[in-house]
Amino acid sequence: MSTPYAKLPAWADYGLIPLINLFVAFVVAGFVVLLVGENPFRAAIILVEGAFGKGTGIAFTLFYATTFIFTGLSVAVAAHCGLFNIGTEGQAYISGLGIAVVCLSFDSTLPWWLTFPLAIIAAAVVGALWALIPAYLQAKRGSHIVITTIMFNFIAASIMVYLLVGPLKPAASQAPQTRNFFAGAELPKLNWIIELFGAKIRSAPLNISFLLALAMAFLVWLLIWRTKLGYEMRTYGHSPKAARYAGISETRIIITAMMISGALAGMMALNPVMGDQHNVAIDFVSGAGFVGIAVALMGRLHPVGIVLAAILFGMLYQGGAELAFEMPAISRDMIVIIQGLVILFAGALEHMFRPYIQALFASFSPRSVGMEAVKGKGA
Amino acid sequence: MAQAAIELIGINKSFGAVRANRDINLEIARGTIHGIVGENGAGKSTLMSILYGFYQADSGEIRVGGQPASIKTPNDAIALGIGMVHQHFMLVDNFSVLENIILGAESDALLKKSIAKARSELERLEREYGLEVDPDAIIEELPVGLQQRVEILKALYRGAEILILDEPTGVLTPAEADHLFRILRQLKDQGKTVVLITHKLREIMAITDTVSVMRQGTMVATRETAKTTVEELAELMVGRRVLLRVEKGEAEAGGVKLAVKNLTVKDTRGVTMVDDISFDIRAGEIVGIAGVAGNGQSELLEAISGIRRAVSGSVMLDGKPIDLTGAADPGELRDRGLAHVPEDRHHVGLVLAFEENENSILGYHDDPRYLKGPFLNIDAIRNDAKDKIAKYDIRPADCRLKTANFSGGNQQKIVLAREMEQDPGVLIVGQPTRGVDVGAIEFIHKRLIAMRDQGKAVLVVSVELDEIRSLSDRILVMFAGRIVGERGPEATEGELGLLMAGVEQQEAAL
Repeated sequence: MSTPYAKLPAWADYGLIPLINLFVAFVVAGFVVLLVGENPFRAAIILVEGAFGKGTGIAFTLFYATTFIFTGLSVAVAAHCGLFNIGTEGQAYISGLGIAVVCLSFDSTLPWWLTFPLAIIAAAVVGALWALIPAYLQAKRGSHIVITTIMFNFIAASIMVYLLVGPLKPAASQAPQTRNFFAGAELPKLNWIIELFGAKIRSAPLNISFLLALAMAFLVWLLIWRTKLGYEMRTYGHSPKAARYAGISETRIIITAMMISGALAGMMALNPVMGDQHNVAIDFVSGAGFVGIAVALMGRLHPVGIVLAAILFGMLYQGGAELAFEMPAISRDMIVIIQGLVILFAGALEHMFRPYIQALFASFSPRSVGMEAVKGKGA
Repeated sequence: MAQAAIELIGINKSFGAVRANRDINLEIARGTIHGIVGENGAGKSTLMSILYGFYQADSGEIRVGGQPASIKTPNDAIALGIGMVHQHFMLVDNFSVLENIILGAESDALLKKSIAKARSELERLEREYGLEVDPDAIIEELPVGLQQRVEILKALYRGAEILILDEPTGVLTPAEADHLFRILRQLKDQGKTVVLITHKLREIMAITDTVSVMRQGTMVATRETAKTTVEELAELMVGRRVLLRVEKGEAEAGGVKLAVKNLTVKDTRGVTMVDDISFDIRAGEIVGIAGVAGNGQSELLEAISGIRRAVSGSVMLDGKPIDLTGAADPGELRDRGLAHVPEDRHHVGLVLAFEENENSILGYHDDPRYLKGPFLNIDAIRNDAKDKIAKYDIRPADCRLKTANFSGGNQQKIVLAREMEQDPGVLIVGQPTRGVDVGAIEFIHKRLIAMRDQGKAVLVVSVELDEIRSLSDRILVMFAGRIVGERGPEATEGELGLLMAGVEQQEAAL
């Protein structure tokens, strides 16, 4: 009685329920497409084909996914510690500064495989430091992390605008961005992997930071579920009182978790900056930090789920761009609506269908749900 | 036999896969006091919530006064003359008694008329049932016993003929509980029907006319109270014979393990909750702290275990001082052999979302036995958890199961196993059996006495006077942040009850 949400088999919990939520989101999105007078089935086909139909589409999808894996992991690490880091956006943005310093200094002297590690460190350090201040304020002064990280997004944006229209801009240029990097700061593309499978690629920005993102997903899993630090973070995240009882320092755990979160957010900047644009431009993050919140929620804060959710959102970005191109009635804003519906059903209404599915499972076999056995023999 | 006030026929209710109520049939006669007993999670509260319109039954029928009734919201229940007094009061703390009583039953857009009407009605009710409360008092300034009275008045003001009380005596002193029972009898004499939900069998025997026993969602028996015994009811609740009193030998107290001197603790609002307290616990004895909830016991426990900073005072553990006013943290105290079973296992002692094995290292996660460098040694942790599960008979025996899915008694055993198996010199336990089923109470008491017999110093804080009396070798009574008396285990309930209520006695001065 005390647990209205009984246990479901893992495949239903992590597979079936997200799929049902996703399906419902697409059905509702379909009605929206119908409303503007287009055929929802054709729209769906264009969207999926645009994302996965051709080699170039796949490469773009994975390029976007790379960005979202980083920001999703960033949000998830903080969330495991009970902290809602809305500042991923700003942490990623300001990290562009760290990358710019490394790339502009070494791109003509070092090869990419030396610049890249330096840039990773610079991005992680800057992101971590940008998260440190809100973390410190939360831990020591009780200033709410949601408020402070939002404020720090604005501060980051203002600093970057100042730097990119001033000190970092080449004197002769009109564009608010750094000069383009030389080959020493350009990350190698990964398109050849997709070409291995026989697909043709014209030009797509998928680059080696995709592998870095996957490696980070694994490291985050290791951190959260296999290390003492992760155990402490989860304890604090579930119950600050229990953490206190267990002798876990609140200050230390908040600051550590936020700095790891900030470092992951910072690494996101590597993908567009060094992998695609080869410069640091105004607003290069363009909302990826906020998408990271949806990705983390939809991925249920688990790295595997986050990678899958990031690919889904990559698909929506890439397929959505194709859709806007193919169907004039559907603008960029419509794509945002569809993304919003996915976030609504997969994130906010995550538990909407759960009771029904549980009842269904219970009626098939009460044992599979695990509760009978538990309640049956109270000591 | 009087006509039935309430009939429940074939009530079923499931939460997801959990069947909280199955095929419940119950008939409550008009003008009687009907007790419903059962362990935690037996489905008592669910059943009453269905009756009061918080939940809808999946199937089954409710009849009130012989008429089939559809109760979809608490308002329907109120309209049918059913009132409920919840375990946790539903009062607005900074409102006056009158304001609370009319809340939700205002007859006008302007309050003035409603209040005037309520005032005269309230005076009538107070006269009729002996429920004196100052109508203009602010709720948070009233003692809990009076707050409960306001809840009862609230229900009566809404015309309740049937009054449901959910665990009403949990927060009361024995004297306040007696007063409550007098009020209930008076209500019964006036023809009202009272349903009393409790897990305290003594109360059932003292006041009810009829008693129904629930176990695991089913109604297992209904008895006339006069024709049953505590032993029979306990057996019906648990499904097997239980020992209600713990057997224990004489304590062989050794040297002082924990010495508390002039300890003063304030709560987060800056109110002094523990006021200059001093006491010792020796090896091989159980010291019990009795008192009504909220008299500083929680703060005392938190301070001694390092969770809450003390304002002043000194504590010596094994003859060496602990700096409780400064840097001491729970981890350090654990290292020095002080284990703590906290009062609130749901938020403090356990992380309910964790697997059982993860909880069995909480607080000891720094121990090299459970680690490989910065990594958790998963195999060692799980094997260790399995050992504890076997040793403490934790059910189900699954160390990967989420802790929230264990029953209250088994959750408490997880905490006890963790703390006791570290072989501490001092064990402090808050509310050892709160929300724990009768069967597990027996087990936990035996374990605590076994710790004592191994020569550990044990401090037990409990609001259950019976528990304190049966476990303790020495009883300290706390009232308003001070220790107002020390007694031996032979002290009578009446004597302790007076101390708990703060009645000054000359020999009580410590």
